[in-house]
Amino acid sequence: MTTVSARPLDVAAIRRDFPILSTEVNGRPLVYLDSAATSQKPRQVIDALTDFYSTSCANVHRSVHHLAERATNKFEGARARVARFVNVATPEQIIWTRGTTESINLVANAWGDRNLAAGDVVLLTEMDHHANLVPWHLLAKRRGVKLQFVPVLDDGKLDLEFAHARLADDGPDRPKLFAFTAKSNVLGTENPVADLCRRAHAAGIVTVVDGAQSLPHGPVDVAALGCDFLAFSAHKALGPMGVGCLVVGRPALYERMDPWQGGGEMIRRVRLEDSTYADPPLRFEAGTPSAADAIAFAAALDYLEALDPVAIHEHEVRLTALALDLLRPMGLRILGTDDPAQRAGIVAFDVPDVHPHDVATLLDGRGIAVRAGHHCAQPLMRRFGVQATTRASFYLYNTEDEVRALAEGLAAAMEYFRR
Amino acid sequence: MNSSSAPEPAFDALYRDVILDHYRAPHGKAKLARIDGRADGMNPICGDEVDVHLAVSPDGRIEGVHLDSRGCAISVSSGSILYDLIIGTTPTEARRILAAVKAVLHGGDLPAEPNLGDFDALEGVKKFPVRIKCALLPWTTLDEALRDLESRADAPATSAPATNEGKQS
Repeated sequence: MTTVSARPLDVAAIRRDFPILSTEVNGRPLVYLDSAATSQKPRQVIDALTDFYSTSCANVHRSVHHLAERATNKFEGARARVARFVNVATPEQIIWTRGTTESINLVANAWGDRNLAAGDVVLLTEMDHHANLVPWHLLAKRRGVKLQFVPVLDDGKLDLEFAHARLADDGPDRPKLFAFTAKSNVLGTENPVADLCRRAHAAGIVTVVDGAQSLPHGPVDVAALGCDFLAFSAHKALGPMGVGCLVVGRPALYERMDPWQGGGEMIRRVRLEDSTYADPPLRFEAGTPSAADAIAFAAALDYLEALDPVAIHEHEVRLTALALDLLRPMGLRILGTDDPAQRAGIVAFDVPDVHPHDVATLLDGRGIAVRAGHHCAQPLMRRFGVQATTRASFYLYNTEDEVRALAEGLAAAMEYFRR
Repeated sequence: MNSSSAPEPAFDALYRDVILDHYRAPHGKAKLARIDGRADGMNPICGDEVDVHLAVSPDGRIEGVHLDSRGCAISVSSGSILYDLIIGTTPTEARRILAAVKAVLHGGDLPAEPNLGDFDALEGVKKFPVRIKCALLPWTTLDEALRDLESRADAPATSAPATNEGKQS
């Protein structure tokens, strides 16, 4: 890293904002190394939730009473807050969903069903989360589209040569859509999103970026990335569970999207046998939204944006580098690249002769929370010939001492199973 | 780092020596020449897998049990103990053992009868509720394999197999 942040993170002060980080698990201070599954929430976010339910609870976009107006204003204010965070021109480019998974399902249904036909190619990658695979499996069943996959190389990076060739193909197998993750939830690999989007657009291919693992680490510039759709969840980025967004990169895309879920809020006029629809984004938000969660997510983005994104990145790289340094000599098989700067915050590994579940149980006994399993990426596990792995993930509130506690806990687990 | 490698007494109830012995050298690895019933089990939460194959002798005893386990110490040892308990039983006896094992894992006491052999060593898993599914996996797969066995046994007796669909065995 050549950039050095002007404002390094004050991790001790940050930790004081997260009530759960001062709790104990199994009689030991909690060491939370599972932020890639969900992040912990700062007091500011918890307060925003309580505040909404204490002072502003009403359904949004419906009633005319005072509370309803206040709730609607806060809800739409949160939409504008997200639009600023991801640098899109208008709040109308933000669709509220339940999270990354629903966002991708929305694209597959609202855009996919309208624009793709039997034989059309959808390009995906081997490193994608089930959330960016299964919605396309379902589309393939509905529409007969063909799925192709960019392979993952042994070093945990995408086979970019393959991707470039597929994106430049102008034959009958030219992909119509390319859906890929910005950052692997298992390998930590950060993909060159802007370059891939630029190549896709040069060929008229629509891009869907899974930003679930990238957005938590600082503002994402959709204009600079040039993607058509960006999906993410609030809960991995300090926000509450149950809400997320689909960012529509260009408003013109709305002209080629059909409604996908029907109900209240997405309509203009309803007769018994037919209905017309609200303008986007409400057209894609059927039913009562998770307004409190959306509003609390705005507080999470305020919290994130008050920190220096370069400092967040440097902190996560430092923790990742320390983890790699401590874990490498222990004889573990670490999946992914050796370069901590390209995998910041995520280290998944296989412990010889100890199954990840057993590793996780033994670490839990020391108050250390890690993820064990297939990480919702079964094809990627198969690609690397493992059933499951243990994953430690680091975020802005983790410390070097916690990484050392992980290494000590792993050494003890290996010793325990060697007895 | 050696100071932290001390024994971990909290886990000794879960990872008893007999459990680790079964884990390191699980019984039932040998493949069967003939398979009369089978099921491929998976825990979708963690991705652990176990395949259970059964072979039955002409006098109706389970003479062959094969387990191919890809899982944690708890699920692999539970499968190994399953082998010991099921081999040589009739499907009816196997079902009694299966029911007894499930009852124990769901919180019941070890029964005097049927004898559950080394399974008592797995009782500690009850203190780790998230791991009960691991211990159950081979047994729920056995349940499916027994159903497969019974449905195959029923098949020749049915004159019109095409109408057999939906038949409960």
